[in-house]
Amino acid sequence: MTLVDAVAAMLFSGVVLYAVFGGADFGTGLWDLTAGTDTRAGRVRRQIDESIGPVWEANHVWLIFVLVVLWTGFPVAFGAMMRTLAVPWLLVGVGIVLRGAGFAFRKYATSFRWARVYGVAFSTSSIITPFFLGTIAGAIASGRVPAQGAGDRWASWTGPTSILGGVLAVLVTAFLAAVLLTHDAHRSGRDDVAAAMRRRALGTAVVTGPVALGGIAVLAADAPTLFAGLLGNGLPLVLLSAVGGIGTIALLVRNQLARARFAAALSVGSVVVGWGVAQYPWLHVDTVRLSETAGAEPTLWALLIGFGLAIVLVGPALVALLVLVERGVLSDNRVGGR
Amino acid sequence: MLPLASTTSAAATATDFLIARNQMALSLGWHIILACFGVAFPLLIWVAHRRGLRGDDDALLLARRWSKVALVLFAVGAVSGTILSFEMGLLWPGLMETYGDAIGLMFALEGLFFFLEAIFLGMYVYGWDRLPPKWHIASLWPVIASGTLGTFMIMSVNGWMNGPEGVEVVDGVVTEIRPWDALLNEPVLTTFPHMWLAAFMVVGFTVAGVYAVGLLRGRDDRYHRVGLAIPLVAGLVAAPLQPVVGHFAGQRVAAEQPAKFAAMEGLPETTTRAPFDVGGIWDEEAEELRGGVELPIPGLLSFLATNSFDGEVTGLLDIPRDERPPVNIVRFSFQTMVGLGTLLAGLSVLLALLWWRRREVPTDRWALRALAVSGPAAIIALETGWITTEVGRQPWVAYELMRTTEAVTDTPDLWIGFTILVVVYTAMTVGVFAVLRGMARRWREGSDPGPVYGGDDEEAIEGARS
Repeated sequence: MTLVDAVAAMLFSGVVLYAVFGGADFGTGLWDLTAGTDTRAGRVRRQIDESIGPVWEANHVWLIFVLVVLWTGFPVAFGAMMRTLAVPWLLVGVGIVLRGAGFAFRKYATSFRWARVYGVAFSTSSIITPFFLGTIAGAIASGRVPAQGAGDRWASWTGPTSILGGVLAVLVTAFLAAVLLTHDAHRSGRDDVAAAMRRRALGTAVVTGPVALGGIAVLAADAPTLFAGLLGNGLPLVLLSAVGGIGTIALLVRNQLARARFAAALSVGSVVVGWGVAQYPWLHVDTVRLSETAGAEPTLWALLIGFGLAIVLVGPALVALLVLVERGVLSDNRVGGR
Repeated sequence: MLPLASTTSAAATATDFLIARNQMALSLGWHIILACFGVAFPLLIWVAHRRGLRGDDDALLLARRWSKVALVLFAVGAVSGTILSFEMGLLWPGLMETYGDAIGLMFALEGLFFFLEAIFLGMYVYGWDRLPPKWHIASLWPVIASGTLGTFMIMSVNGWMNGPEGVEVVDGVVTEIRPWDALLNEPVLTTFPHMWLAAFMVVGFTVAGVYAVGLLRGRDDRYHRVGLAIPLVAGLVAAPLQPVVGHFAGQRVAAEQPAKFAAMEGLPETTTRAPFDVGGIWDEEAEELRGGVELPIPGLLSFLATNSFDGEVTGLLDIPRDERPPVNIVRFSFQTMVGLGTLLAGLSVLLALLWWRRREVPTDRWALRALAVSGPAAIIALETGWITTEVGRQPWVAYELMRTTEAVTDTPDLWIGFTILVVVYTAMTVGVFAVLRGMARRWREGSDPGPVYGGDDEEAIEGARS
């Protein structure tokens, strides 16, 4: 493994963690938007507040991590990506702002009317943001982003692979969120919410599978390099993802909710890793390899040192946060206490 | 390493260039206020919480309420900070393509500290009454420390832009990068303490101002006095120190960035025994300062800049026109910052003396009125200080290495994104005020701000958990 490969692995681990943890947070938006207006809807929204409140900001940092490693490790390619994909990146940025602000404002809104305004901002942007992140991934994976300079600012991220990426991102995040909310609602004693979320989790899993399968045909036609990689080195991970997905369904059916979360995370995480393996050694598929666009070597070493520091400092803290949330110690209803 | 020529760019149009700069100014100017709260507010909460644990119930209530405020402010601070990282690439790809690996380490470490801040803040705000008290309050320490270290990293990036170190450029090609040298650049040694104190001034005076207004409106109780006293200490300590730190920051600018310094001072000719002029407008045609008032201390500017009344200060005429920043913006901002900073420092000394003599926090009406406006004044000083250093750096994005015009994106129609951002930030500003005022109103009415969208009977849930 070369130095560049190590930095790329670090970069991509950020992508995977963001997809799984950040993805679950974003996915709650769909269920929040479609919760309705009855009394259970209020409980669904409370559950969403409680489940993602303490963690969403920490989970969000993975995206910043990815961006920083990109521009530090692969500066010229980063510039090309931002120049080419300025439109979806701008929409992602706006979505992130509306999501975070809407979520934080809603909880302390003074009236139901305003809570609904903030809530819609939160939930719709939670759906839009992963969609456009998916189109960005599709653009890179289908060879539409050049090595340097600007590619086609519209066609690059509106191709079949981008649309597939966007749709899959929305489905997958919704799936993760539904599984997570099922478990959390059950633990909180909101059994009606848990039952509703379980139905949604199963439904989303059943829809996502065929879309992903159909997507293979899209990739074969539109992203041959990625397609070959997915059927080559990436194949074990793709199969692992399928096992994870089917496992999630089985565990949900058997009401093993805590384990279902891990199976769901496995299924999403492994397909994202599979994407990375499939497009290696390309950074932008078909246009620039990782090794061709890497930044200065001393900086790459410094990045690895920084990452080592992060593993030592952030790792245990993040695990502690997630464990505390898991044990119900950190609860949304507890902000500031009584 | 690719040659620079292939990666430098020019904006699609001159208007796009201006829009890019204004968009960056808007999003940075907005975020910087929230960033101050991220840095300084946790320490105030810690002080209140600690007093609370020692039996001061008013202070404990303040800490509980401030956690909720922090939750809202941190959320918008986090997302507005994210926009900035996007804009580094969306607006200034030329800078990132060429020097991304020089300044990346600072950003990476800043990301690390932001991570820690977010994690431990989540533990603190959501951990009330659940985490063991000692652990709970201790979770603020990583928030305080990482806020400070994160500030250092961001100021280090900015310091690098004002005085790039750790890069070797030969014939327009970057040949060597030493990331750790870039990180510990010279400007950051003065700009970091300047910014750090500014954060405590902004937060100290703003929060104190909230309780000063409460006292002025007749809510004269111990709760409001404690709420006034805790943040006020931060302001009173930071404000008098700020001119001292600012002085050293200014001396560095005078020595290393003469164009910026000359613009700040509106000095036409390179002068020994240079006087200090207040006010006035720089006439671009005549290349002279019109209407400035000279302070009656000969050589004051020379002394401030060089520690000697006979020191030489470079004037604008000795700087090529295409290397001068926009003089009036820089000068007006600088003088506003210095003026407000001096007033705040004076107010602080006065209030500190009164507090010390009376052994209680001053609540005279004039003092409360002054404190009510001290928050906005500190914020204006912060913004104008930022404008001074950023506009004063022009036309360079990285001083004497790369011009801002080379860094800007070639993406056309930037006005669309800018318009969207103006709308979103306006809405977000209105939202923050509406939400915080709504919280304060409910606290005054004795109710607790919580979700208004229905949900469940809390006791039933508690029962299910245990």
